[in-house]
Amino acid sequence: MLLRTKLFGETFEFKSVRELMGKANEPKSGDELAGLAAASIAERVAAKYVLAEVTLETLRANPAVPYDQDDVTRVIDDAVNETIYNEIKGWTVGDFREWLLADQTTADMIRRVSNALTGEMVAAVTKLMSNLDLIYAAKKIRVTSHCVNTAGLPGTLASRCQPNHPIDSPEGIRAAIYEGLSYGSGDSVIGINPVDDSLSSVARLLDMTYDIIQTWQIPTQNCLLSHVTTQMQAMKKGAPVGLVFQSLSGSQLGNQSFGIDVGMMDEAYELAQKYCWPTGPNYMYFESGQGSALSADAHNGWDQLTLEARIYGLAKRWKPYQVNTVVGFIGPEYLYDAIQITRAGLEDHFMGKLTGIPMGCDACYTNHARATQNDIENLAVLLTAAGCNYFMGVPMGDDAMLAYQCTSFHDAPSLRQTLGLHPLPEFEAWMEDLGLIKNGRLTDKAGDPSFFLSR
Amino acid sequence: MQDLDIQAIVETVLAELQAAEGTTVGTAQAAPEADRTAGATDPDGPQIDLDDPTLPEARQRPGIDRPINPDGLRALMAATPARIGVGRSGPRPRTAANLLFLADHGVTQDALMHAVDADLLEELGLFSVESQAADRQTYLKRPDLGRKLTEAAKAILRDRCTKNPDAQIFVGDGLSGAAIDHNLRQIMPVLQQGLNSAGLSMGTPFFVKNARVGLLNDVNGIVDAKVCAILIGERPGLARAQSMSIYLGYRPRPDSTDANRDAICNIYEGGLNPLEAGAHAVQLIQKMIRDRASGVELKLG
Repeated sequence: MLLRTKLFGETFEFKSVRELMGKANEPKSGDELAGLAAASIAERVAAKYVLAEVTLETLRANPAVPYDQDDVTRVIDDAVNETIYNEIKGWTVGDFREWLLADQTTADMIRRVSNALTGEMVAAVTKLMSNLDLIYAAKKIRVTSHCVNTAGLPGTLASRCQPNHPIDSPEGIRAAIYEGLSYGSGDSVIGINPVDDSLSSVARLLDMTYDIIQTWQIPTQNCLLSHVTTQMQAMKKGAPVGLVFQSLSGSQLGNQSFGIDVGMMDEAYELAQKYCWPTGPNYMYFESGQGSALSADAHNGWDQLTLEARIYGLAKRWKPYQVNTVVGFIGPEYLYDAIQITRAGLEDHFMGKLTGIPMGCDACYTNHARATQNDIENLAVLLTAAGCNYFMGVPMGDDAMLAYQCTSFHDAPSLRQTLGLHPLPEFEAWMEDLGLIKNGRLTDKAGDPSFFLSR
Repeated sequence: MQDLDIQAIVETVLAELQAAEGTTVGTAQAAPEADRTAGATDPDGPQIDLDDPTLPEARQRPGIDRPINPDGLRALMAATPARIGVGRSGPRPRTAANLLFLADHGVTQDALMHAVDADLLEELGLFSVESQAADRQTYLKRPDLGRKLTEAAKAILRDRCTKNPDAQIFVGDGLSGAAIDHNLRQIMPVLQQGLNSAGLSMGTPFFVKNARVGLLNDVNGIVDAKVCAILIGERPGLARAQSMSIYLGYRPRPDSTDANRDAICNIYEGGLNPLEAGAHAVQLIQKMIRDRASGVELKLG
């Protein structure tokens, strides 16, 4: 293998696809921490030049973790459609970028090619894309899904109502749900991150959220973002589960650190088909985020973008209703500042869509990252332009339990009204019936949680 | 233009505005009240003297002017520390809610970059050394470097620190220098007197800049204490930058991890009082020395 170029008379040579992939990445503190980043900007660009000449076949032959050592690699590789793969395996990464952006390339054509891609191919082309490339190409790709309502349709933007409470108080969570619903947040899911992962606590909150959904006949689904094993128990006990959640990692070792493997998720998926109360057929909800494999020392010497792309290939196996990156949650040692968080958010959304999954984003940051609410609002606008399926809705963007900041209940209606988008259609019809929205705009009644005290 | 005409135009416009649906905003006042601008005509200029908007009573004030159920709204707001009932103007948050968020985030950002007060360190007799994270940016990006002492720091500790004490206590800025400024003056005397009363010898205290908890291992490689403890600023929460922790380990080794340590967290006036925290730390040190263990081993023992 020879991976070499000259740039301004200087020779840059890369020993392996692994090294090339790390150095071709846009700057990320996590790649620096892992010792994988380019030593100079010139070296980064040289790596991009060489990567642009690498074929998709070479990338398939060089997965981040070998096929026989890693169930994530096996899941993705086994799912490759060989007929389509044979058509594209000779493409270089540079060819692939231009094909995605070309006027002749339609959404359906991209969705078809998605069936022949591995995470390494998806990550490689992302490394050659500018931010606007990522927005433009992602906008072409619509991925819809259905549970109670229909997500991902053109012209829609959904919002997860995230009503977390520091001690899981059902009444406190209920209050925040009312606030969110009154702003039109909750069409993606009413999804709680619980503090207490016990079955009894999780089941109680499932009952409470299901009760609100039934009382108000809300076209949405509920979800408790506990460990998947707790939700599996809850389903077997007859608790009302709308979506089954789990965080995923891009390697078998990474998933081990989350206490899961492919077999366990297969079982969860089967239980979801058997027990979840909504229509379906999409019952799964996954979260991801660059750097999670490195933080568990499970990255096998590969860059965080490639590990992230592999998560999406894995997630596709279980036909999710929704997937989002929690892009700035992990902290500044992986994504240092607003520039890196913004870049990663655009990358992750694009990679999810290119993989063929219904992708949203938790546009967020921690208090020790060099970012502010303005930066996260910027990212939300960029991602909305890119056709992002949904964002989080949190009271004033300040999560009272997870101690990080993300998008506010106010932000989905602001983005919708600024960019001419609507809530998911079933949910918007429900809001119209209650008089909370008219012609796509919040009415006088909206934004008042005490509205929901009348039933 | 005649005065009469102007009034007629105003009335027409107002009538049109009232007729149009969805243009009035029930949850926010459509226009500032007249008396709010009175200060502008004061001969001495604006007279603005605000009460602290970060006090609890100000935080609990609903931002919705005409809620459907006012008592119900107050009950909902009382049920959660989440920022609900904040109101809106159009789809955007009201000014007060927005500014309060900025204040709460601002205080965390200031704390993160805040250098611990040098006078305070001098007053308490702490000399300073540095971790391998040479500046704040490196510190945030490279947690591994914040866990290691520079060679210069090691030399200073070898030179100035008492060896083989029962307890070695040192201080690190961590993610909030403000937390150290806030708590150190109160907690250090309690630790010193507490250890003294317990008949335990205390090593030479000092301060490490750009510090992570893992420094316990490097430090004890030099001082060889029975128990080694770091007082360190916690990652600031929104509106909460004063919180400090104490991490303690029994004879930390180069490969010790959080599993080998115990922690006393959330130390600040309003959380765990620093005086109580100091007393608690002394008890824990006694227990570790008695059981010759810390962390998971101490719990199992």
